[in-house]
Amino acid sequence: MARFLLSRLGLTILMLAGLVLITFVISNVAPADPAALAAGPDATRDMVETVRKEYGLDRPLPEQFVRYVGGLLAGNFGRSVATGHMVAEDLARFFPATFELVSVSMTLAILLGVPLGMLAAVRRNHWLDHATRVIAVSGVALPAFWFGLLLQLLFAVQLGLVPTSGRLEVGTPPPPVLTNMYLVDALVAGQLDTFWDAFGHAVLPAIVLAFPCLASIIRVNRAEMIEVLGSDYVLAARAHGVARARVVGVLALRNAMLPTVALIGLRYGWMLGGTVLVETVFDWPGIGLYAVSSAIAADFKPIMGVTLLVGLNFMFANLLVDLAYAGLDPRLRTAP
Amino acid sequence: MTVASPDVAARLARLRVEHAGAIRQARLFVWTFARSASAMVGLVLVLAFLVLAAGGPSIVPYPDDATGAMNLAARLQPPSGAHWFGTDEMGNDILTRVVVGTRTSLWVGLIITGVAALIGVPLGVAAGYLGGAVRQVIMRVTDVFLSVPGLVLAIAIVAALGSGVLNGVIALSLVWWPGYVRLIEAKTLTIKHEPFVEAARAVGASRRRILFIHLLPNCFSPLIVKMSMDMGLAILAAASLGFIGLGAKPPAPEWGAMISVARTYMPTWWWYAFFPGLFIYLTVLGFNLFGDGLRDVLDPRASRS
Repeated sequence: MARFLLSRLGLTILMLAGLVLITFVISNVAPADPAALAAGPDATRDMVETVRKEYGLDRPLPEQFVRYVGGLLAGNFGRSVATGHMVAEDLARFFPATFELVSVSMTLAILLGVPLGMLAAVRRNHWLDHATRVIAVSGVALPAFWFGLLLQLLFAVQLGLVPTSGRLEVGTPPPPVLTNMYLVDALVAGQLDTFWDAFGHAVLPAIVLAFPCLASIIRVNRAEMIEVLGSDYVLAARAHGVARARVVGVLALRNAMLPTVALIGLRYGWMLGGTVLVETVFDWPGIGLYAVSSAIAADFKPIMGVTLLVGLNFMFANLLVDLAYAGLDPRLRTAP
Repeated sequence: MTVASPDVAARLARLRVEHAGAIRQARLFVWTFARSASAMVGLVLVLAFLVLAAGGPSIVPYPDDATGAMNLAARLQPPSGAHWFGTDEMGNDILTRVVVGTRTSLWVGLIITGVAALIGVPLGVAAGYLGGAVRQVIMRVTDVFLSVPGLVLAIAIVAALGSGVLNGVIALSLVWWPGYVRLIEAKTLTIKHEPFVEAARAVGASRRRILFIHLLPNCFSPLIVKMSMDMGLAILAAASLGFIGLGAKPPAPEWGAMISVARTYMPTWWWYAFFPGLFIYLTVLGFNLFGDGLRDVLDPRASRS
């Protein structure tokens, strides 16, 4: 187990190094001159040169790379040339919003997806099975940004059930800062009104974000469930007179959940990327919107910061999945 | 009746006998595919998409509107007999622009999946067939690329190259190949130890022969399935870049770019965003169902239970 963990950890560090190299290469093949960009449109040649020296952009590439890595290790993601803010501070400010949205979304997808997949497997070719298949197929094909606009049109504008965009109603003060996740902060501070306000704002974007994930959870859980339900031990349990609900809901589900757990881990990382579109549609001030607005301004440091942060989260999620696997599947614990 | 017709008939009859096996297999393919309703829906959607793309400007009611004409008297009109999908803020017919937009989506999808396969397949075959250190290096690099969602990495690349539809396509092509490496590597690994490959090696077939005669043709089915499903996803990704303002620029008739402008006219002028989005949805759905149907035909072992 310890060896398994160590080798997984080593691999993660190696991959992280690879990702750092990729982001460095991308920001250095850019046709745009970062120094000229930083100095502004009216800068003279001298000013650009001064900026170049100041940012270390006149040094050879390998040296710049070493400095870049050294900075990253110290938690320094550089400075945005557009706003002058430190990228690390921006990320710390925007990431909780994204994390909050992804968490609400994932909870929704799991709470709906696992039972739906299970039901579809138990009642094959029932109308419910066909309905989940429609959800599963359209979930992948629906453009998130279009789906978001449609939901806004229907639920926010026509029915007025939830607000259109943002994280809080205009005029509602944010809860006292603790985690910067408004739902958590509001609960901790005991401000229930603020909690429901923030929750209402999160509902629509969370649904849009959850949809493709819900689709794959249903698909995978259904397929696994069908396979497990046909296996000998399930048959034996039924023959012994174990209640059907217990067989399906406990004995079979536990084994059918393995691939679903892996999927949830992978999807968690993927969702952090999927938020780019959802955050743009719903003006959700997270890292996705931050990446998009920086990309439009050709401001590299923030984008590279977001890319690294998303990659880091994905790798971390994968590591957790491996651990969960080892916990759920005893065979892996003794594996070399 | 021409003189040659008995000759042609005889030749046809002979061909039918000579290729009886292939014909029987083709019939089986068609039968399996046609049996699935969802595959047929996919086929219809894909064919409709291809017909619209082929027709392009010559079949639309207002060809001038595709490139951004101005007709302010008719701006933002709801769907009607004259404008089935309504008009946009310049008075352009949305049906026209959406239909002409199929062309952009078609070439965008073809290039992204094509380039991704061109990069991914050789790497996948090399990793699977050569094994050892080569495989380790290729697969670890692939893992690194897969650790960031494609769209995020594409945004980073577009930011470096500058926005625009061509740069968007380049960026998406550069992030799309890892899936092909994974697929082909896995396939090659399983085929490599099949008895027929072992037999070929035992009788002294060269590496090149094994690669081109035995390995690659057997990778073909899953490759075609993945490419047809990826066509839709690539079109969706390119439209996403257009939507966030990093891909095609208005007034180019590109679906994502249209929606990004239309967004500011929501909710009053809803049809402006609705119809381009509907086309994206139906196209992606079509390629997905079509690919799923193809899998049942070409790659039955991998298809869902």
